[in-house]
Amino acid sequence: MNVKALLLLCWMPCVATAQGFAGLGTEVDGFSVPQPNPTFHFPSDHGAHPEYRIEWWYLTANLTAADGTPYGLQWTLFRSALAPETGAGWSAPQLWMGHAAVTTPDNHYVSERLARGGIGQAGVTAEPFEAWIDDWVLQGDWQTMQMTASAPDFAYDMALTAKGPLVFHGEGGYSVKSAAGQASYYYSQPFFAITGTLQLPEGDIAVTGNAWLDREWSSQPLADNQTGWDWFSLSFDDGAKLMGFRLQQTDGENFTSATWIMPDGTTTAYADGALTATPLATNADDVPVRWRVELPARGLDVTVAAINDNAWMTTSVPYWEGPVTVTGSHAGIGYLEMTGYE
Amino acid sequence: MTQATLLALLSHWWRNPLQLFTLLAGLALATALWSGVQAVNAEARASYDAAAATLGEAQYERLVRPDGQPMAQATYVALRRAGWLVSPVVQGRLEGVRIVGIEPLTAPGGIGPVAPQEGADFGSFLTGEGQLFANAETAARLPDLDVIISPDIAPGTAVTDIGVAQRLLGKADLIDSLIVLPAQPRTRVPLAEIAADLTRQPAQGGSDIGRLTDSFHLNLTAFGLLSFAVGIFIVNGAIGLAFEQRRPVVRTMRALGLPLRRLILLMGAELMIFALIAGIIGVALGYVIAALLLPDVAATLRGLYGADVSGTLQLRPSWWLSGLAIALGGTALAASGALSQLARMPLLAAAQPRALAMAAGRRARLQGYAALVLLVLSAILMVTAEGLIGGFGLLAGLLIGAALALPLLLDACLNLMSKAAKSVTAQWFWADTRQQLPGLSLALMALLLAMAANVGVSTMVSSFRLTFTDFLDQRLASELYVRTDDAAQAAGLIGFAKDRVDAILPIQSTQTTVAGQPTEVFGARDHATYRDFWVFLQSTDDAWGTTFAGRTVLINEQLSRRAGLDVGDTMTLQDRDFQIAGVYGDYGNPIGQAVLGEAIFGMLYPDVAPRNYGLRMPPEDVPDFVAGLEAATGIPATQTINQAGIKSISLAIFERTFTVTTALNILTLAVAGFAILMSLLTLASMRVPQLAPAWAMGMTRRQIGWLELLRAVMLALLTALVALPLGLALAWALLAVVNVAAFGWQLPMYLFPADYARLGVFALLAAALAALWPALRLARTPPADLLKVFSNER
Repeated sequence: MNVKALLLLCWMPCVATAQGFAGLGTEVDGFSVPQPNPTFHFPSDHGAHPEYRIEWWYLTANLTAADGTPYGLQWTLFRSALAPETGAGWSAPQLWMGHAAVTTPDNHYVSERLARGGIGQAGVTAEPFEAWIDDWVLQGDWQTMQMTASAPDFAYDMALTAKGPLVFHGEGGYSVKSAAGQASYYYSQPFFAITGTLQLPEGDIAVTGNAWLDREWSSQPLADNQTGWDWFSLSFDDGAKLMGFRLQQTDGENFTSATWIMPDGTTTAYADGALTATPLATNADDVPVRWRVELPARGLDVTVAAINDNAWMTTSVPYWEGPVTVTGSHAGIGYLEMTGYE
Repeated sequence: MTQATLLALLSHWWRNPLQLFTLLAGLALATALWSGVQAVNAEARASYDAAAATLGEAQYERLVRPDGQPMAQATYVALRRAGWLVSPVVQGRLEGVRIVGIEPLTAPGGIGPVAPQEGADFGSFLTGEGQLFANAETAARLPDLDVIISPDIAPGTAVTDIGVAQRLLGKADLIDSLIVLPAQPRTRVPLAEIAADLTRQPAQGGSDIGRLTDSFHLNLTAFGLLSFAVGIFIVNGAIGLAFEQRRPVVRTMRALGLPLRRLILLMGAELMIFALIAGIIGVALGYVIAALLLPDVAATLRGLYGADVSGTLQLRPSWWLSGLAIALGGTALAASGALSQLARMPLLAAAQPRALAMAAGRRARLQGYAALVLLVLSAILMVTAEGLIGGFGLLAGLLIGAALALPLLLDACLNLMSKAAKSVTAQWFWADTRQQLPGLSLALMALLLAMAANVGVSTMVSSFRLTFTDFLDQRLASELYVRTDDAAQAAGLIGFAKDRVDAILPIQSTQTTVAGQPTEVFGARDHATYRDFWVFLQSTDDAWGTTFAGRTVLINEQLSRRAGLDVGDTMTLQDRDFQIAGVYGDYGNPIGQAVLGEAIFGMLYPDVAPRNYGLRMPPEDVPDFVAGLEAATGIPATQTINQAGIKSISLAIFERTFTVTTALNILTLAVAGFAILMSLLTLASMRVPQLAPAWAMGMTRRQIGWLELLRAVMLALLTALVALPLGLALAWALLAVVNVAAFGWQLPMYLFPADYARLGVFALLAAALAALWPALRLARTPPADLLKVFSNER
């Protein structure tokens, strides 16, 4: 194991909670903890919240080329704080990690960047909004945005336009993550239309599609008996969307949560147990890449299948992240993220 | 049957413990010297590798400023934001320890403290709480800092976070170099648009230090190899003798029905067991030798090349395994002849106690041809050899050819002497010496090789010392060197020094590429210092005059050899052609160098400002000047280098080098002396029948003893006379062929007659000492034993 892996273990929420969890409503090593009934202020809440331990700007997109080939794209910036402080210089305790990926039916391209806060190499400003690490940038006013990333084997340059409002998960953006009450602040912009060019070893490919940008921050989002999660963001052909996750527990039980999003952006939150997600088949590495997802309250019973089974993120802390197709009671496309399968 | 055979075979050694001792001791000594030297080399190389890995100089390209000054930290961020995957490095010295600051999040894998150590806390590593990583030795030199012991960190180096290094070294917001990661993104803004003042420095492909110090290690390796060869001669002698003496046993056993194959197998197994025992003893001894030598070697390398080498030895499996392997291989080599003879021996061949000598006589002619071929081959190689393989071929041909020729030469010499001898005693002495020569020749060959190696290596080291001190005089002509940190300090220095010194010589340089070779270009101010001190290997009449006038350029030998440029050729700098007016020796520098006049340098490289200055003044004024400079301008004494200081350090270093060389000299001579002792002791028991008639005819035992001693010294003297030219040829091959092939420069060869004379005396002393005990034993042979020769049938 090298320094980076060790550092990243400190970053990952499960470890962070194992080290620091001290119960609901208390402070964790001086970090702030999400409280129910939040009030968000924009654009400032699009920016960083250094008083919380972890935070991310997480964009996934389902893309289609002119010939109909489906592609997946990811652009993520993670912030992790060693202490709830900001500052200038190398000693500032804010660390940044960027992940970018492009998934084709046959290939999965991944790149990772790491940076220290405090020297200008990475960060997020709210006004004007810009999230960056090195030359990777996501910027704009949340109505129209630009996004770039570049790696030795791939690059992309995309333009985004919001076609709907922000969506708040859980109780108005307060998203509970366990029976014991761990929670995060969580909202999304799932209505981005996206267009741009993928530069791949296969050549440059013009693509269009829709993108989903998640914003989430917390200081202890998982309980110490939770080992990973399966997260779904599904867009159905009728314009409705579903965000759902299943947190795996060491006792074999799961904690689920879901948000049903109407085409106009109105939401219904579903508490633990309403959503069920059942693995149907695994890939060669024992990662489930076909799922049955059910939300009886909405008459939903679909099969979610990976477009490319091998969308494994070979980053410092590896996980699975890739585009999926949806068939069954509702047809559509979406993204699937799975952690805890190392 | 196997057990009975083994017992029969082993019984020989119980009856001849001295032979067993010779065999084991010879092999153990050979292994000890070889593996000792290897251990020292391995330790040093591991240290270089660790040092190179700390900064990744070997694997990674870097971005630096051509003038060697640090860049702004903002440049790093600008490059990252333009898509350049680079990682910043800050370095400097604190309390003599090299402090290296890295940025662990962007550094490529394999750099810095990669394995988390006990007690490491990466939170505190990253947030500037001052955590450093260093080995125990280095940590002890930084008592005030929070140092975590990490044995893998290069000696003399402490690795820390870049923020901590900036603070410790007073380099806030500054970066010394940027490591360029091998894989760069597809879209990236060109370097010139982001940081035009940076240049790309290619990966060094093997550390600089490694290349510089190779010549030193080559010396050690040559010593180790020669010592081993000497040891193998001893072993070969012991095995040959033992096999001859065991012929009756072998004949009996074969007559009793023991298959030849099994016999050979058992004898081979027996030898391999001995080799294993001797190898283990040898490796242990080698460890002791290495542990004793290493502090001196480490001090030498540190002083000579600035290479930090750990002063403590680590037991590396690769090292002791190779020590054992070479002991086994050497034994196999030494025994192969004897075993193949045994395999070919007719079943009932008579035992021949003197067969060794007889066989040697029969082989003499063949040996003579072999020697002739090898020496002729060496002569051809001397003219044509190029490259390392050729150089080592030359060395091998010379040494083996000379060793093979030695017995024939000595025999011819003794033949002449005996013809010239008048008295009966003298005639008997020469004839008896000739008769003994085959038995002694292996030991004498060992002595020859040991002495030749000593002459060769000490000539090389001494020549190196002379050349290097001359070179220091040339390069460190100024009495004081001052480094300034910025333009203000430089102006302050010039203002203060203007009326106080004889001359101010700015030192300005930049890195470029000439004919594909990385080259440092210097601008030199017109001053007599250069004309007076610089020595050219080749030059035009007024090389400095035309160079200061801006018409010509001077280059170092490395650039000349690698780019194939000579005096009179033309080379291009910044699109401008210059004729080459001179080539100078530049020892220990891995890259090319070119010197221009100050004015033309300023025109070609207007952005390079001098930061270092050489000041000429009477040496006695230096201390006052340094004190005055600090008071007047704030430039501390740590930014000045006193020439006298450097020279005394250099000389101290060479003293260390000589300690190492002398120790190895003594050890190899001791091995050769031991070979003589063992040969004489084994011969002594067989000599009684030959001495008895001389005693019976009236010579006293005391006289016979003295003559024995005299004979050993005389043979050693003759050997020394052959060893001297051989050693000089060896030195020449090392300096003019191997050194050029390995490092790109030729060292001039100097002769050191006093050293050779002293070495000769040592060799004679060693021979006399070795002969003393056998001679005493002969002188004390009971008359009864001598009488028995006439009464007993042998």
